[in-house]
Amino acid sequence: MSGEAAEIVFDHATKRYAGRADFAVDHLSLTIPAGEICVLVGPSGGGKTTAMKMVNRLIDITEGDITIAGRSVRSLDVIELRRGIGYVIQQIGLFPHMTVAGNVATVPRLLGWDRARIDARVRELLELVCLDPDTDHSRYPAQLSGGQRQRVGLARAMAADPPVMLMDEPFGAIDPITRERLQDEFLRLHKEVRKTVIFVTHDIDEAIKIGDRIAILREGGRLAQYDTPEQILASPADDFVARFVGADRGLKRLALRTLADVQLGAVNGTSPTDPRCTSSMTLRDALSLMLTEGAKQVVAVDDAGRPVGTLSIEHVSDLLGPNA
Amino acid sequence: MTGPSLLATGPVIPNFGEPPGGKNGCIAQNGTFCWDWVSLHWSDILQPRLVEHIQLTAIAVGIGFVIAFAAALVAHRQRWFEPSFSVLAAFLYTIPSLALFQLLVPFTGLGVLTIEIGLIGYTLLILFRNTLEGLRGVPEDVLEAARGMGLTRCQTLTRIELPLALPAITAGLRIAVVTTISLATVGAYITPLGLGQPIFYGLQTNFTTEFVATGALAVLLAIAADLIIVLAQRLLTPWAHSRRLAT
Repeated sequence: MSGEAAEIVFDHATKRYAGRADFAVDHLSLTIPAGEICVLVGPSGGGKTTAMKMVNRLIDITEGDITIAGRSVRSLDVIELRRGIGYVIQQIGLFPHMTVAGNVATVPRLLGWDRARIDARVRELLELVCLDPDTDHSRYPAQLSGGQRQRVGLARAMAADPPVMLMDEPFGAIDPITRERLQDEFLRLHKEVRKTVIFVTHDIDEAIKIGDRIAILREGGRLAQYDTPEQILASPADDFVARFVGADRGLKRLALRTLADVQLGAVNGTSPTDPRCTSSMTLRDALSLMLTEGAKQVVAVDDAGRPVGTLSIEHVSDLLGPNA
Repeated sequence: MTGPSLLATGPVIPNFGEPPGGKNGCIAQNGTFCWDWVSLHWSDILQPRLVEHIQLTAIAVGIGFVIAFAAALVAHRQRWFEPSFSVLAAFLYTIPSLALFQLLVPFTGLGVLTIEIGLIGYTLLILFRNTLEGLRGVPEDVLEAARGMGLTRCQTLTRIELPLALPAITAGLRIAVVTTISLATVGAYITPLGLGQPIFYGLQTNFTTEFVATGALAVLLAIAADLIIVLAQRLLTPWAHSRRLAT
């Protein structure tokens, strides 16, 4: 199992601890298409981490099944299975007695790669996660910052090019500014190396930003909704989801799109006092700009400062309406 | 001058001729510490006893370590084993050394075996405790990462847990070696081996230099052994001493 991304299917996957009446994960069924990022999100007690750990069998499945590329995780040798799945956790769990290179090389070594191949792979990965292969290579985890450690954690998880990655609140313990950077880097990285990713978080904003699809789990391990971020924000399945995504879900939806994604209004009739912005700005920020400037519309301009279109408050409101 | 062959049996204050340094010299006056005696008896008393002492210590700590290490591995996996082994090791540790040697004599005789069994008994508690604490001190997230990456139990032990337990294990070894070097001198009460022998002899004959010099040698041996272990640990665990370079 390496290289090509694989589809993951939860088929009534259930976890029930002995002696407990309630479910940790209750007949969870969902399909994650190959190469997509599925975010499991929900309040604590929703079973999101449990659901994720059933994939690499750190937690045994009580009932139902999970398949990766059509093969049941229960049918595979557990050690082989885990070596084929990248695993990133919040506390990172770097091996303190190994250098950065040693940490990244862990799974390739277990798989018996030769030295030259491992060295080349380690360099490639360190570059991929924006670390310096020459200076960071032989440092120990204690010598790194939190953000650098999580980059090493990510590189280590991807070392053997697994088709599937499991990420358990990977950026949860990192300061907000670094977290944002790591999220952006991760999304860029994911575009380069398409892998099927299961990403656990309790932060709905992170879920919306990272996920191609979001599975919202509620208490008792029940799936409340599984859909794209856009759909979840536009039409929450029930009150629970609506409350979970927040009363500002309209604004969150606007944050998903930039001016470049929508049909802009005609340029003629703009006033010189209308605020200017670039088309890479999100609709949410454009709306905020109108409100703070007291304007009814913003003018999108290109790199040379020439107007390319307009966006009005009515237009934004229409985009959020039921016919959008 | 008396020949070395006569001195080899260890008469401390020669009754014939003049000792080195003359009639009014340090040895004749039974001074606190006479260099003349040390240099005269280095090769026939001090050095051979020192070598014996090192052997006694190495065997005791070596065998003690193997037993304690194996027991710690078992206790690491099987929780029930810890209290039973701890009680046994703590019991052995609390018996006064002289009494323990004496108790063993009827079974193992007046020989090196008695001394070694006694010395091994004293190393067990500290080596067992430290090894087990070292293994248990491995952070949970490190173990979870190891499991999640597909390390087998055995690989986790050899590649992760033991290297990380090394500082705790060597800390135990240091204490075990130093206490064994000190305790092994008492072993000469059973059989004349090691640095304890000249100490006992010096005490019996009231020749101060002999037990002062030998005692000092035992202390130096303990310090040297401790330093060697510390240096070895520094070489083996560079990660534990790496300074923070980044913010």
